[in-house]
Amino acid sequence: MKDVELKMLERAKALLEGGEVARVIGWKKGDFCYDVSPASFETVEELDGFVYNWFCGANLSKYLIEMSKKEGKTAVFLKPCDTYSFNQLVKEHRIKRENVYVIAVECLGKLDAEKIKAKGISLITDVEVVDKDVKVTSAYGVETLYKPDVVLTKCETCQKTHQVKDEEIILHERPERDVDRFAEVAKLEAMTEEERFAFWRSQLSKCIRCNACRNVCPACSCVKCVFDNPASGIAAKANDSDFEESMFHIIRAFHVAGRCTDCGECSRVCPQNIPLHLLNRKFIKDIDNFYGEYQAGETAEGKTPLTSYTEGDIEAKDVFNGEAK
Amino acid sequence: MINETLIPKVGVVTDIRKDTPDVKTFRVVGTDGKKLFQHMPGQCAMVSIPGVGECMFSITSSPTNEEYMEFSIKKCGCVTEVIHSLEVGAQVTVRGPYGKNFPVEEDFKGKDLLFIAGGIGLAPLRSVINYVRHYRENYGKVVIVYGARSKDDLVDIEEIQTEWVNEPNTEVYLTIDRPQEGWDGHVGFVPAYVKELGLNPNMTAVLCGPPIMIKFTLAGLLELGFDKSRVYTTLELRMKCGVGKCGRCNVGDKFVCKDGPVFRMTELDELPDEY
Amino acid sequence: MLKIAKERLNDLYAKINESMGLFIPIKKAGEVDYHIWGEGKEVSLETLKTVKSPKNMFFPQSENMMKFKTEGKNIEIIDVRGEKRPFVLFGVKPCDYKAIEVLDKVFLAEPVDTYYQSRREATTIVTLACSKPEESCFCKVFDIDATAAYGDVTTWLDGENLYWQANTEKGEALTALVKELLEDSDDAAVKAQQEATKAIIDKLPYSNLDLSKFKPENLNELFNAQEWTEMSEACLGCGTCTFVCPTCQCFDIRDFKTNEGVIRYRCWDSCMYSDFTLMAHGNSRTTQMQRFRQRFMHKLVYYPSQNDGLYSCVGCGRCVNKCPQKLNIVKVIKTLGGKNND
Repeated sequence: MKDVELKMLERAKALLEGGEVARVIGWKKGDFCYDVSPASFETVEELDGFVYNWFCGANLSKYLIEMSKKEGKTAVFLKPCDTYSFNQLVKEHRIKRENVYVIAVECLGKLDAEKIKAKGISLITDVEVVDKDVKVTSAYGVETLYKPDVVLTKCETCQKTHQVKDEEIILHERPERDVDRFAEVAKLEAMTEEERFAFWRSQLSKCIRCNACRNVCPACSCVKCVFDNPASGIAAKANDSDFEESMFHIIRAFHVAGRCTDCGECSRVCPQNIPLHLLNRKFIKDIDNFYGEYQAGETAEGKTPLTSYTEGDIEAKDVFNGEAK
Repeated sequence: MINETLIPKVGVVTDIRKDTPDVKTFRVVGTDGKKLFQHMPGQCAMVSIPGVGECMFSITSSPTNEEYMEFSIKKCGCVTEVIHSLEVGAQVTVRGPYGKNFPVEEDFKGKDLLFIAGGIGLAPLRSVINYVRHYRENYGKVVIVYGARSKDDLVDIEEIQTEWVNEPNTEVYLTIDRPQEGWDGHVGFVPAYVKELGLNPNMTAVLCGPPIMIKFTLAGLLELGFDKSRVYTTLELRMKCGVGKCGRCNVGDKFVCKDGPVFRMTELDELPDEY
Repeated sequence: MLKIAKERLNDLYAKINESMGLFIPIKKAGEVDYHIWGEGKEVSLETLKTVKSPKNMFFPQSENMMKFKTEGKNIEIIDVRGEKRPFVLFGVKPCDYKAIEVLDKVFLAEPVDTYYQSRREATTIVTLACSKPEESCFCKVFDIDATAAYGDVTTWLDGENLYWQANTEKGEALTALVKELLEDSDDAAVKAQQEATKAIIDKLPYSNLDLSKFKPENLNELFNAQEWTEMSEACLGCGTCTFVCPTCQCFDIRDFKTNEGVIRYRCWDSCMYSDFTLMAHGNSRTTQMQRFRQRFMHKLVYYPSQNDGLYSCVGCGRCVNKCPQKLNIVKVIKTLGGKNND
């Protein structure tokens, strides 16, 4: 990973020095190896804090809504999954594509510090990854964890590839793999209605309505969210009934249906680790099923299944439990 | 009887006066017909329409009025829109009084007083002006400068023209922003008018109005030699609790609901510029 | 000092539960928070940081305050509160306990917030000293001793026993209630644990943050610091930090129409939200930088200036762990706090 970081740094420096871009969007290091924040770098000196490591899970695409409005070009490092959000935002006219220089950067799956800590490891000082071994050095010694156990949930089933790039930095090819991203959805579908209701009730009852899922979501790019607008009549910051959280998440899932690229940021940021991505994946699975396979963000153009009508479209009455009758 | 700071009392609207196209003054008493509570000039109260919302308004009437309270309310949002649609006899809820009042019993006593207001900014000043009129012998000369966009936007013009102008040792200067048919008074913005009037800088001044008016009027007063420590104004920020707990009206180490809304200009100088 | 064997803790919970409500860290759907205890619940005293602090035991995320019944033009106001049943808050960490003291200064100051007060008075707090702090902890910076005796009762947990010491009258009363389950113990195990824990705390990376710059006299200099823009750049404007924070106490008051009248409730609010200061005719904080700045200025400068220098942060480190983009108060302290932060 260090070699990739060096290469990225080299390119960022060259682009800034050459005046080709006014800023570079990447990640900035914090106090711990897993402590990285999205950041913009406008000078070569600022790049001292630049980092690209196993914990750069954040999707940088949404920041480009504001950054691409600024004067001068913005370079951005995008992981495969981030490029789908980028395309989708270009498609929705939120990002000015001509103001952005996309550097596609490799990703072999990012790690989740919380999952590592949940293994009982604390006072982490360093994390190294060799193939599927994650070597965690802490004040209590070195422990080796199995990588698939501690990657971000969104990385568990990722098979995404870069959909947009002006150049790329890929030093290690990601091994091909065969995973079913709908396996968890299928499990939910196999439940009885009561079981499924109980599952979501117990998960969503943890919600603290912090809005992190909404605010991080690249598909939630409304200038004024309906839940923030007092005039909407449904603005609320907290539950006034137990039902409220469920409604919030269900409505949000509907709002992003057909536009959600499955970037998984909602589940990454949830402080209560609610598997919110499963709501969106259910929609994606149904859309694939009813309208033919569709992946939002694959391109920045073209028709989308939920916004274009064809005579062969399935009728609402024929939809039951995710299966066409 | 519920006596809690966040639980309001029920008030009855007994009179509604339309002051300007978007300002109405509401007279409120308790369900027993008596005044809801005592207050001092400059203090505020939370008025609410259950189901719509609760807003902080300055109490426009003078504390010396023993029968009722009045609120001059400008229509500018969800709650005020509904309040404007009320009819006499309607009930609202009221809680208060909140905040620090003008120092009418301390710093103002024996002083010459200058009141400068713009538009709805007269609301908090009307309370203190009528208080001063009531205890007229305790105060020196009173000068009132009041301006609005047009003559139709002058709040309480009737009381001003029939009562205030006839008060001894009191000068009233009215102005409107642009010339208008039927207006033979002064035309021009408040800050410019204040400078024109060449006022005595030894007066204690109270400013209330839109931020832009305050800014330029204050600059004008300082030019005339006024001392900032004897210039007062009121702040307005979003409020919910009224008692310095909900955090909303926090600016620097002050809560506007509790430590304000009345501030000395010298106090504002110490606060971050965020109001 | 008293003690109870770890495997008998369930008896202790059951005994308390006979006469009082018991709120204790319980794992639900994978996450540990304070919930009401009952047989079969998965208690997790070992969890260092519950997702939410126990502040919602006194200041719930959402609470009904009153009800309005309207008939024609008439309004009737109904106080919806019932008597508060006494309850025990069990397993509170020292930082979270000190956070309750921070909240007390807001809610119990005149005019007293009786909603908060009635819950506070009905509660007996049993704290649990820390034995395994982690890198995001920095309570030491705020002079909190994570091994010390806070609360009505203090407990210490090791591999075998829970050690018990009553500190107040309320604590003595609770001790009397569960006396039959407790046995006498010396304090050797507790002393040893305290020493070991203190040794870890001394070495924690955030244990020596320099707060010297956060003083009332520097208010405007700190407010106007250039660094706020860069520090807040990645901020999503969500309320995660606020809602997991044990000292954040901002709230909103809203009305909710039901078939049986209007319910006025209050709920947690966040100064990070764009509508926090929104008024009909404008907003005093229009950028996320301003909102971000407000949160930290309030904790590190404004609140201390109103409360004899007491900071509105206890170093629990929840924001360090939970901020989606890893922005947090430590980064603010390191950037603006003082010279000794490098």
